[in-house]
Amino acid sequence: MSEKKETRAEETEQRMVIKSTDMDPKFKYEISKLPGAEKIMLCFQCGTCTADCPISRFSEFYRPRKIMRMVQLGLKDRLLSNDAIWLCTTCFTCIDHCPQDVETASIVRALRNLAIKVGVMPLVYKELASNILETGYAYKIPELRLRRREEQGLPPLPKANLESIEKLFDITGFSKTFEKVRT
Amino acid sequence: MPEPRYLLFLGCVIPYRISSYEISARKVLEKLGVELVEMPEFNCCGFPLDPVNHDMMLTLAARNLCLAEQQNLNIMTLCNGCFGVLNEVNKMLKEDKKLKEKVNGYLKEIGMEFMGTTTVKHLIHVLAEDIGLEKIKETVKKPLNPLRVAQHTGCHVVRPAKYVGFDDPENPTTLKNLIEVTGAKCLDYMDETECCGAPIIGVNDKIPLQVAREKLDHIRAVGAQAMITVCPFCHMMYDLNQPRIERAFNEKFGIPVLHYPQLLGLAMGIAPEELAIKDLRVDASKLVDLL
Repeated sequence: MSEKKETRAEETEQRMVIKSTDMDPKFKYEISKLPGAEKIMLCFQCGTCTADCPISRFSEFYRPRKIMRMVQLGLKDRLLSNDAIWLCTTCFTCIDHCPQDVETASIVRALRNLAIKVGVMPLVYKELASNILETGYAYKIPELRLRRREEQGLPPLPKANLESIEKLFDITGFSKTFEKVRT
Repeated sequence: MPEPRYLLFLGCVIPYRISSYEISARKVLEKLGVELVEMPEFNCCGFPLDPVNHDMMLTLAARNLCLAEQQNLNIMTLCNGCFGVLNEVNKMLKEDKKLKEKVNGYLKEIGMEFMGTTTVKHLIHVLAEDIGLEKIKETVKKPLNPLRVAQHTGCHVVRPAKYVGFDDPENPTTLKNLIEVTGAKCLDYMDETECCGAPIIGVNDKIPLQVAREKLDHIRAVGAQAMITVCPFCHMMYDLNQPRIERAFNEKFGIPVLHYPQLLGLAMGIAPEELAIKDLRVDASKLVDLL
């Protein structure tokens, strides 16, 4: 996707009026049950998170404060389909600086987890998840690299326990979600 | 004092692309008398799956922690991301009984149980706290006096403060001190604590390059001859992606990015070939010749 297109889409969204039917008043309670997102209602919109965010500096539309407000307002559908929730680098500056101890980055993570449940999963995460499932590692390490380790005097890379990993994918319920999103 | 022993948690990025970090780390740790034990059957730390499914991250991390508990050893990571996740999950599971019960419920299925008997450290914690600057100083045979460098500590080794509790995230000094022990001068520059941008490179191809470019610009402005990192992911952003940044913004940086163990290794008098200096994308040969 090109930056221009993204910006234009965002501008349209900015101008959109928020209708009361867009808001899900229960969403803030739903999300505050998720680990790390408990304190969402404590956000008083000071904007420290956005001011200190390394991504907000360069992005036209990534604004953690705005995301927090949208959660409080219950704009669930708009949030979960929004590209912005995938732009957090998890540098955790917002968590350290928040005067209300809101754990902004953890709330963004909770939103991502929910987005995947409704079928939004960026390609890169599909790749990372399949790599872990198939090899135990987040990247497919090429044969050549594995052979080169010996020449470099490095010990061989241990083989992961794939049976255990597959089981963990199953029992956490992630296998099911992943199957649906993958296709 | 017995020889320090750690279970080396290698992670994924290092064996995938950044062997130079592993090679140099093993070399200098050997000189310092640190014994590294290979970690059998480890898997991804869990960090990449946190955005996808929080429980998946917890269980992948917990499985690695259990492997360390079985060996009765503490973990040492080279990667900030691996450290951040393993340390945070270790602390969360030790402090939160309910969470521990839940995760142990998952782990039971693969015949494991989290007990809470291991500790997770990053390479720079091991160097600064367990070995100590004094002992490192004794191993410096060729002080890198004329060299002026800039440090990039990165995020997950200091943030979030409530889980890490190490160094000052607003003004981290551990890596600076480790650099100055080698005789090199560590320069201050603007926005030292800023993120490298790497974690979102797969989602957006423009913003992370802007983020990384800004830091390279600040480092160049103070006249640093090299940048020093302690994370393979940050390193990838500044070294492997430096030519890409140069093309995208039509400017030249040419700033060599060394892993801290490479810098220390040079000061210890280890040959550049043994430290895989040639594996760096941005040519560091002029820098090595200076020494």
